[in-house]
Amino acid sequence: MIRFDNVGVRYGIGEEVLQDLTFRLEPGSFQFLTGQSGAGKTSLLRLLFLSLQPTRGLIEVFGRDSSALEPGELPAVRRRIGIVFQDFRLLDHLTLYENVALPLRVRGQEERTYRRDVIDLLKWVGLKDCIDAHPSILSGGEQQRAAVARALIDQPELLLADEPTGNLDPVLARRLLRLFIELNRSGTSVVIATHDHTLMEQFDARRMILDQGHLHIHE
Amino acid sequence: MSDTADVPGADQPVDPDMHLMRERKLAPIVPTASIASSALTLVIAIMTYLASLTLGAVTIIGDTARGWQSDIAREITIQVRPVEGVDLAQSVLEASRIAEGFEGVTGVTVIGEEVMKDLLEPWLGSGLDLEELPVPQLLTVAIDDDDPPDLETLRRKLIENVAGASMDDHRAWLDRLVAMAQTTVVAGFLIFLLMMASTVLTVIFATRGAMSGNAHIIEVLHFVGAERRFIAGEFQHHFMMLGLRGSAAGGVLALLTFVVFAIWIWWRGNDPSAEQAATFFGSFSMSLTGYIGTILLIFAIAALTAVTSRFTVLRFLGTLDRNSDEIEG
Ligand SMILES: Nc1ncnc2c1ncn2[C@@H]1O[C@H](COP(=O)(O)OP(=O)(O)OP(=O)(O)O)[C@@H](O)[C@H]1O
Ligand SMILES: [Mg+2]
Repeated sequence: MIRFDNVGVRYGIGEEVLQDLTFRLEPGSFQFLTGQSGAGKTSLLRLLFLSLQPTRGLIEVFGRDSSALEPGELPAVRRRIGIVFQDFRLLDHLTLYENVALPLRVRGQEERTYRRDVIDLLKWVGLKDCIDAHPSILSGGEQQRAAVARALIDQPELLLADEPTGNLDPVLARRLLRLFIELNRSGTSVVIATHDHTLMEQFDARRMILDQGHLHIHE
Repeated sequence: MSDTADVPGADQPVDPDMHLMRERKLAPIVPTASIASSALTLVIAIMTYLASLTLGAVTIIGDTARGWQSDIAREITIQVRPVEGVDLAQSVLEASRIAEGFEGVTGVTVIGEEVMKDLLEPWLGSGLDLEELPVPQLLTVAIDDDDPPDLETLRRKLIENVAGASMDDHRAWLDRLVAMAQTTVVAGFLIFLLMMASTVLTVIFATRGAMSGNAHIIEVLHFVGAERRFIAGEFQHHFMMLGLRGSAAGGVLALLTFVVFAIWIWWRGNDPSAEQAATFFGSFSMSLTGYIGTILLIFAIAALTAVTSRFTVLRFLGTLDRNSDEIEG
């Protein structure tokens, strides 16, 4: 599904932040991506999301060489990938309902066709009572769950989550992890960037560990 | 779909969350109310008002200058001076006959004694007897604008056949007026161009300023998989409406200004000073060109706002998805 071959990234003229990344993400796989703060987790997720171009190496996404993609083809690829940003990136002038529905709305879908899905998903992540609230008045954990809901609404083939449990208490974190596992069972590949060890101990999955720019994989 | 939350059916279980399923009116993707967008509307309104006023003033000046030219060119004057031993009345009759028979002349009027008296009164006082004075006789000759007579031949004929006759086609005056009118029109047009340039620049920069607060929205739309066309379209539509609101307000206000001004001039129509002003500036009313131009300006400025926002979005989208060193390099 995704293949990295000898990928390296540097920002500006600095050191390479990521070096010699060679791995595959298989359809239906589940992996934790871990490493110290600043190790490059977010950078690797951005590579996977095609919002960062590698300085060298080859990235193949859904069978296509990413460097050969036209800018006009990116939206179509993005629609197959759901992403939860570390800083959520919810839009403050929209309600939670509208934020979560946004990916469907920009694809031109009618509101009534997705109303039930959006509300069910918001209920599932425990945000039933703030459906019509604006993100700015919500707690960090609530915003985080809304961001997860937005990433899931269009049933992506690959889910990328950057510290999705960073602002959650252990109970909610476990609940969210169960959601990800369930999602994975239904066929979605999942990559969760985290440095929460208790979270990783709850589920036996592939671990991708970033250390000083290099990637070590524990199957 | 209607809200059925408070209509419990007898045999079906009531869903406590039914009210959540109600229809929602979605907020626009581009936020409507912001300080930046009100400021943009205001700036556009002011610039449109000023540009429309300039346009109106330039068309009035242009029309007036053209009016001067044609009014003066439509008439020539023949003067017959009294000459010793020649009957003045006979000469006037002869001059009138020559002029009337000339091709391109539509009418000849001999300026009568009463009119002459009125004309001379301010200088010579009332109660004067024209018989006693060697006052020349004047004839005004109306000419056909579309087929003007050959003035040089007419002049030669008059001088040859009528003693004491001379002809004034106001050429010297006319040339000076034409030069002045042309200068005024060119100056007015340059002022209008400057005004338009500053309007365009102001609108572009104000639009870009109002857009800068929207970068995060563009980014999020991009990351949730929106097409470039979709994002650009949302912003373009939003900014076109903002621009149209501003430019329509400014343009309509400018049109009202001209209408009020024209009414005021008309209302003071009997006042001698107003009459004098009207001689020089026409009726002060803007021609159709001015009104049409202002309406075109309203739409052009709205379109400019929309296009600017579109290009700003597309340029910003172009900078996303790049490695930082590509942006720097
Ligand atoms: N846009 C950028 N420009 C320049 N340097 C960057 C940029 N983004 C990240 N970096 C650098 O790249 C390195 C890796 O950053 P990254 O955000 O990928 O780490 P991370 O593993 O996600 O950290 P954290 O756990 O704190 O989120 C850091 O040293 C950071 O300073
Ligand atoms: Mg990070």
